[in-house]
Amino acid sequence: MAQRFTITIPGAGSAQCGEDERVLVALERAQGFGQLRNLPCRLPAGCRRGGCGVCRARVLEGKYRTAPMSRAHVSEEDEENGLILACSVYPLSDLSLVLEGKPGTRIRPLSQVEEQ
Amino acid sequence: MALSGILRPGFVQLRVLDMAAAIDHYCTRVGFHQVAEGADGRVYLKSADEFDHHSIVLRRADSAGIDLIAFKCLEDADLDRFEKRVTEYGFPVDRVPAGEQPGIGRRIGFTIASGHRIELFAHADMSDPKPRIHNPDVWEIPPHGMRARRMDHALLYGPHIEKNLDFFTRVLDMRCAERVDMPDGLLAIWLTAGMKAHDLAFVKYPEPNKLHHVAFELENWNDVGNAADILTRYDISVDIGPTRHGITRGQTIYFFDPSGNRNEVYAGGYTYYPDLPTRTWDETQIGKGIFYYERKMNDAFLTVVS
Repeated sequence: MAQRFTITIPGAGSAQCGEDERVLVALERAQGFGQLRNLPCRLPAGCRRGGCGVCRARVLEGKYRTAPMSRAHVSEEDEENGLILACSVYPLSDLSLVLEGKPGTRIRPLSQVEEQ
Repeated sequence: MALSGILRPGFVQLRVLDMAAAIDHYCTRVGFHQVAEGADGRVYLKSADEFDHHSIVLRRADSAGIDLIAFKCLEDADLDRFEKRVTEYGFPVDRVPAGEQPGIGRRIGFTIASGHRIELFAHADMSDPKPRIHNPDVWEIPPHGMRARRMDHALLYGPHIEKNLDFFTRVLDMRCAERVDMPDGLLAIWLTAGMKAHDLAFVKYPEPNKLHHVAFELENWNDVGNAADILTRYDISVDIGPTRHGITRGQTIYFFDPSGNRNEVYAGGYTYYPDLPTRTWDETQIGKGIFYYERKMNDAFLTVVS
């Protein structure tokens, strides 16, 4: 049985994520179950394959391995500082992270999404 | 010959982060075949239903996206004519010698107002697998994966699309089949070189030279369903669909390659004739224009690009 880890977005909630599962996908599932109910926005999910950059996040704590990510969105220096695309990391321990969004964009508050 | 000059999109060159994963995706899943690998590592793919040497070029890079889209012209002399017209319009034109890509003749290239590189060429060798020419069967080798029949079109994102509209219609003789006008101006255009509802489309976007998707044609709605089964079975990231576009009327799924480049599988779409009017959409019905069944755009349509 694959090991499972807890992914926490401080103040928003947490998700259970398998060791072979993309962190973003686990967070999407958790949001579907209402487990990220204090997240002030719809989870920014785009290509889920490291190319579009919308799920940029900063890991505050924990270990992980990475799949290829577009350098247009995460530089080597960013990566050394814990900036990643949530779709392209797999947990090696429990993780704590905050969503950063694509540089120059603003993550839309959930209230706006609900107004549609 | 009624159709002359630019005939259709010939090939796209895409940047991929992981070549092995990209080849597996486009060949095993979408249904293309690898026909060549260049000394520089670029990999050339085609559908078994296409005659020309290749229609997709994959280039290993550190970022995803599109390097260029190349259109095939009917005659070599078209390249000279277009070189003159593009130069006179004010875009510098460069020449790419025959053989820079295997099986492809000389090309001319230039950068348009939205930041995208466009190329024109007139010759492609045929490569195998290809349809039989004498007494042809409906397919020569069994279609596999999503059964893509051809690289069909691309949707590109960038600024100044009103300038692109002027350039493509006045200089390259393409026509605008559909457009979206918002209160603050032109949002999107669908351009055609022949009788397809679109060969190339643009949506206004602040960053230049972005790819929204490259599309592959399927035979019918049943094959769109088959593609959807494959997407779920092999855990390929899906954006939206199966659904339909009001614009072009195409039946569609948007999904992503392993590098995050959006793909589309597309069936149907109406026939365009050059005497038809440009169909127009406004902000009240644009949701239906983009996704006819959902009747609204999803979050990703205007924001997720590579």
